[in-house]
Amino acid sequence: MFPFVLEKPDSTEDAIAAAAAGARYIAGGTTLVDLMREEVERPERLIDINRLPLGGIRVEGEHLVIGALARMAEVAADANVQRLQPLIAESLIEGASPQLRNMASMGGNLLQRVRCPYFRMLDAGCNKRTPGSGCAAIDGLNAGHAILGTSDHCVATHPSDVAVALVALDATMRVRGPQGERSFPVEELFRLPGDTPHLEHTLLPGELIVEIRVPGGPHSRRARYLKVRDRASYEFALVSAAVALLVEDGVIRQARIAVGGVGTRPWRLRDCEAELVGKGPDRQAFEEAARLAARGARPLRHNHFKAELLPRTIVRALEMAGEVA
Amino acid sequence: MAENPSELHLPGPIMSRREALQVTAGAVTLAALPPETVAATSSSPAVVKNDMTLTMTVNGRIHTLTVDPRQSVLDVLRETLDLTGTKKGCNQGACGACTVLVDGKRIVSCLTLAAMHGGAQIETIEGLEKDGVLHPLQEAFVEHEGLQCGFCTPGQIMSGLGCIAEGHAGSPQEIQFWMSGNICRCGAYPGIVAAVADAAGRT
Ligand SMILES: Cc1cc2nc3c(=O)[nH]c(=O)nc-3n(C[C@H](O)[C@H](O)[C@H](O)COP(=O)(O)OP(=O)(O)OC[C@H]3O[C@@H](n4cnc5c(N)ncnc54)[C@H](O)[C@@H]3O)c2cc1C
Ligand code: SF4
Ligand code: FES
Ligand code: FES
Repeated sequence: MFPFVLEKPDSTEDAIAAAAAGARYIAGGTTLVDLMREEVERPERLIDINRLPLGGIRVEGEHLVIGALARMAEVAADANVQRLQPLIAESLIEGASPQLRNMASMGGNLLQRVRCPYFRMLDAGCNKRTPGSGCAAIDGLNAGHAILGTSDHCVATHPSDVAVALVALDATMRVRGPQGERSFPVEELFRLPGDTPHLEHTLLPGELIVEIRVPGGPHSRRARYLKVRDRASYEFALVSAAVALLVEDGVIRQARIAVGGVGTRPWRLRDCEAELVGKGPDRQAFEEAARLAARGARPLRHNHFKAELLPRTIVRALEMAGEVA
Repeated sequence: MAENPSELHLPGPIMSRREALQVTAGAVTLAALPPETVAATSSSPAVVKNDMTLTMTVNGRIHTLTVDPRQSVLDVLRETLDLTGTKKGCNQGACGACTVLVDGKRIVSCLTLAAMHGGAQIETIEGLEKDGVLHPLQEAFVEHEGLQCGFCTPGQIMSGLGCIAEGHAGSPQEIQFWMSGNICRCGAYPGIVAAVADAAGRT
């Protein structure tokens, strides 16, 4: 690990000023410490944000508000989260391990970096790590990689589970930077790789995630997260689906579907959603809608199975949501 | 009270393998660096001293320590405090061998910077036995043969304590899920699950 200076500011302003001058925030450290040890990340100045007032979970009218420093375990176990947005709790429990969830913050989760093995092999070409060095995954072992939103420069998936749920639920985030505060949909945090895969998010220099806001509504109750992976728990998704249904008088009035494990960012499927509205919540309708999911997919040598697994995962998740009483 | 145990490890006439490693670690690391890293490092200030002083309570004992911010809690436990019960498996957060309790919660100590845990209360496997009497969960691991080689066991037991305290030890299925952050290469899983279930029932 390269040497660095660690600072622990007590004020948000001091933290933002340091980050605007090039320092990196550290929260739980479960992404950053790992990558610093591998020398993929080499920050010279780290700002420990754990003393800042960014924790806690509260309800504000229709919104569930989750502080950036709230830990994954804390959020998953919170009574308001379980009652108002069970999809968030379910997606969190399906991610990482109990130990990691005790450490990992919600802000850090959204900004976690890819799990592509070549990203952390310093002698492999990787445009994300070293712009212009190529992409070893495109002709390498790519069973875990993306089929949607890829480019000729990078095909890595965004690994977060809870981000998929947040995108399905139209969550927004509040950030604060040197120029003040702004809010935007969580979905807009993530960039497509294009020809600049080293640029992963849309935060401006120094911007600090303050909180995540999740709007409530009648869809929130019939919402499920299904994660398909190589082992029953503690593994990243091959394909995952976060779905929510609003059914009235036997007719789907509203559907939300976002998927993980297949896209270079958490992937919302608005065409599939539109296809479901006005239909009955039955298998035939689910299959017809899910068929649209992999349109435009660009499978790689080892991940053709994802184009098949994706619609099946969506159908199963929709069935699970439909069964919620 | 203040003591820096690393200063207690001056090489004497008889050195254990561990002490020899501690003394030579600096030189070995430098020699092992790839050439470009050495160049990069030497262009920064000749001596990089970012050390921080903090106190940490480990198994009820307060330690005042000077740490390099790069050191993990795992490294401080093993290398500085000589508490080698906590194991380094993957050093990447993936295996759970390094699990300890920090302020009552189970975490992986390999991904935790010691310098971020000033004032923390840490419990390790060494703190469980009291006056020669094993902790009920340790007893249960022995009774149910929750181990084979034993390398993952300290992490399994500390994680099991967390699992029970969180209320996630209600059934074998629940224990399997909530203990899945701890890998056992020997596959002693049935014994591990039985031990956690048994200890949960006793407490
Ligand atoms: C073995 C393993 C398995 C895992 N499995 C899963 C899984 O199945 N599903 C899943 O979703 N995740 C998984 N993870 C990832 C884990 O969830 C993330 O590492 C974690 O959420 C990151 O949070 P952190 O607080 O530790 O972030 P840190 O490591 O502290 O920070 C990560 C990044 O976020 C930035 N940052 C942190 N907080 C803020 C803020 N408030 N504002 C601006 N920037 C900020 C940091 O600068 C850094 O760049 C796994 C991790 C490991 C090690
Ligand atoms: S897929 Fe992206 S992260 Fe992986 S090697 Fe290619 S450029 Fe790097
Ligand atoms: S050594 Fe920490 S999780 Fe493997
Ligand atoms: S007992 Fe050998 S790794 Fe678990």
